[in-house]
Amino acid sequence: MAAITVRGLTKVYPGGVRALDALGLDVADGEFFALLGPSGCGKTTLLRTIAGLEAASGGTVAFDGGEVTRLPPGRRGVGMVFQDYALFPHMTVLDNIAYPLRVRRRPRADRHARAADAARLLGLAGLEARRPGELSGGQQQRVALARALVAEPRVFLLDEPLSNLDARLRLEARTRLKRLQRDLAITTVFVTHDQAEALALADRIAVMEAGRIRQLGTPEEVFRRPANVFAASFIGSTPMNLLAGTVRDGRVAVAGAELPVPDEARGRLGEGEEIVCGVRPEYLDYASEATEGAFPGIVSVVEHLGGSALVTLDGAGGAVHVVVGEGREPEPGAAGWAVPRPGRVLVYRDGELVTGGEEEETRMDTTGGRR
Amino acid sequence: MAPPTSPRADVAAEPARSGADDAAGLGRARAAAFVAPALVLVAVFLVFPALWTLYLGTTDYRLTGVAASEPRFVGTANYRDVLGDGDFHRSLWLTAQFVIGSAVLGQTLLGFAVAWVMRDRPGPVRRLVEGLVLLAWILPSSVIAFLWIALLDRDGGTLNALLGTPGTAWLLDHPMGCVIVFNVWHGTAFSMMLYGAALGNVPPSHLETAALAGASTLQTLRDVVYPRVRGHVLTSLLLVGLWTFNDFTPFLITAGGPDGRSEIMSVYVYRTALGDGRLGAGAAVSLIMILINLAIALVYLRALRARRAAPAGAS
Repeated sequence: MAAITVRGLTKVYPGGVRALDALGLDVADGEFFALLGPSGCGKTTLLRTIAGLEAASGGTVAFDGGEVTRLPPGRRGVGMVFQDYALFPHMTVLDNIAYPLRVRRRPRADRHARAADAARLLGLAGLEARRPGELSGGQQQRVALARALVAEPRVFLLDEPLSNLDARLRLEARTRLKRLQRDLAITTVFVTHDQAEALALADRIAVMEAGRIRQLGTPEEVFRRPANVFAASFIGSTPMNLLAGTVRDGRVAVAGAELPVPDEARGRLGEGEEIVCGVRPEYLDYASEATEGAFPGIVSVVEHLGGSALVTLDGAGGAVHVVVGEGREPEPGAAGWAVPRPGRVLVYRDGELVTGGEEEETRMDTTGGRR
Repeated sequence: MAPPTSPRADVAAEPARSGADDAAGLGRARAAAFVAPALVLVAVFLVFPALWTLYLGTTDYRLTGVAASEPRFVGTANYRDVLGDGDFHRSLWLTAQFVIGSAVLGQTLLGFAVAWVMRDRPGPVRRLVEGLVLLAWILPSSVIAFLWIALLDRDGGTLNALLGTPGTAWLLDHPMGCVIVFNVWHGTAFSMMLYGAALGNVPPSHLETAALAGASTLQTLRDVVYPRVRGHVLTSLLLVGLWTFNDFTPFLITAGGPDGRSEIMSVYVYRTALGDGRLGAGAAVSLIMILINLAIALVYLRALRARRAAPAGAS
């Protein structure tokens, strides 16, 4: 187990594509850490550079303070699971799991015993003699996990570990993965483009865009208080409402409503400034009567989400989405109001959250992300 | 046997009872008429020459003289003569050197090595190397034979100029070595291209898994690459082996000499049948060559079947 320290990491591909841009990051020992972002944001490059599969163009990677930037992957003590699992089709499950030990020339009995232990840990007992082609997708994924763990790596890396599983299996595998990581307490970094997966699994999340970290925080922080419009629009199963507005008379005029300036932004906004007001559909309540400080609109679409419904209100400043509880769905065509819950409205200026929360600002600075 | 798998099979079975014995319903005569041209071609150009060779091998047929007009049946005398001929034994041994040296070790290993080294090289370097290797392959044999004679010539040869060894007669001192190196140079392109395509089939994540486990290059080749390209290795060995076994190009450089020291099988046949004019004996050797070719192909098929049986379930 090891803490990971990344400083000023830059990766420029031949042809000039800058995949990582002076990126800094600290992953604590035993932490479950997610790299989240759209495709092409550099998250996989970062993971592969930590693994040593890509050579850094600049900057350093250290495990527990010891620099590994120039070490080949085999000498870093890294276990990695690839998106396609990379199981060897000509080897049995047991031989696949034991492969890292075989490369290290451990005696056969020893490596088979340890591979059998790893197989048992991942619920693969009884499948040891099969070949990967005879396994289900979920079982293959677990073989890959077992193989990555069998040599007791200091750092465990996962590249989209759940994306090749079907939806139902994915939830099961997610729970299993979280339990496994907690039981082993191994420093784990995983890459995903699925924000729900990152929120569900990780202790902390780095939201990435264009080779930089745009926000770093716990799932709660990232979900409740996205640090910028990019993170706000990326996180959440139902996208955040981002409504353009202006500051007028010490209040925020937005989408036909006048809201008080949030506490954290008080005194930081000038009269007449253009801002973007962000509030999650989950943090809006639906009212069928005119309400003070609510976004008015006409109900245009009602989408059932299971235990709730997503209501789209067409209003003056564009569409506003509201999550409405079961049995209280309005009829399309009705007039409605979306009432923000207190303290849940965020104000963004120039794409960044307007806030006095200094601790978050400093954290962003030390990790090298954009202020 | 197997039950019909599609409605079409049922339909086809119906008219079979009413006379026409085929799915298309043509009837025997018309079907035969369609196949006849192809069969005639096969008969004229393959079956007849093969049988003719078989027949010639049992006669004392010669290119000139009395035996040319009135060949006599001699039974297995030609075969007994050839199998007891010291030149034939030498030729067999030289051919073995030629095939193992230039096809198995040379072209297959070198072709794989070039493909392996070039697999992650930048485009221009890779294209240049592949282009040069390919060029050696596609140039006409007579042209490259001339080039190699110029290279190896005793007086004013390029190699002697490069090595500073004037007067060394490479083709006289090391005829087999020259022929083997020449054939490796000439034929590596095929193996290189075959393995280049095969290496493209090895998923990068498999190579990276080996790298993460700390595998050396040899371990990676053994555990990850070889199982993936085994079929290609067999194909390459068979094709290159057969081509090399039957190759006649070395004759253009050494003409089998000096003193028969580079007289591989195809050159031996040529000398026996056309040089000495003993067509009957030449035909007998040809048949022996065909049998050896068949034996190589059988070994290959056996190995391929073993490969199919081994990784059950692994597609």
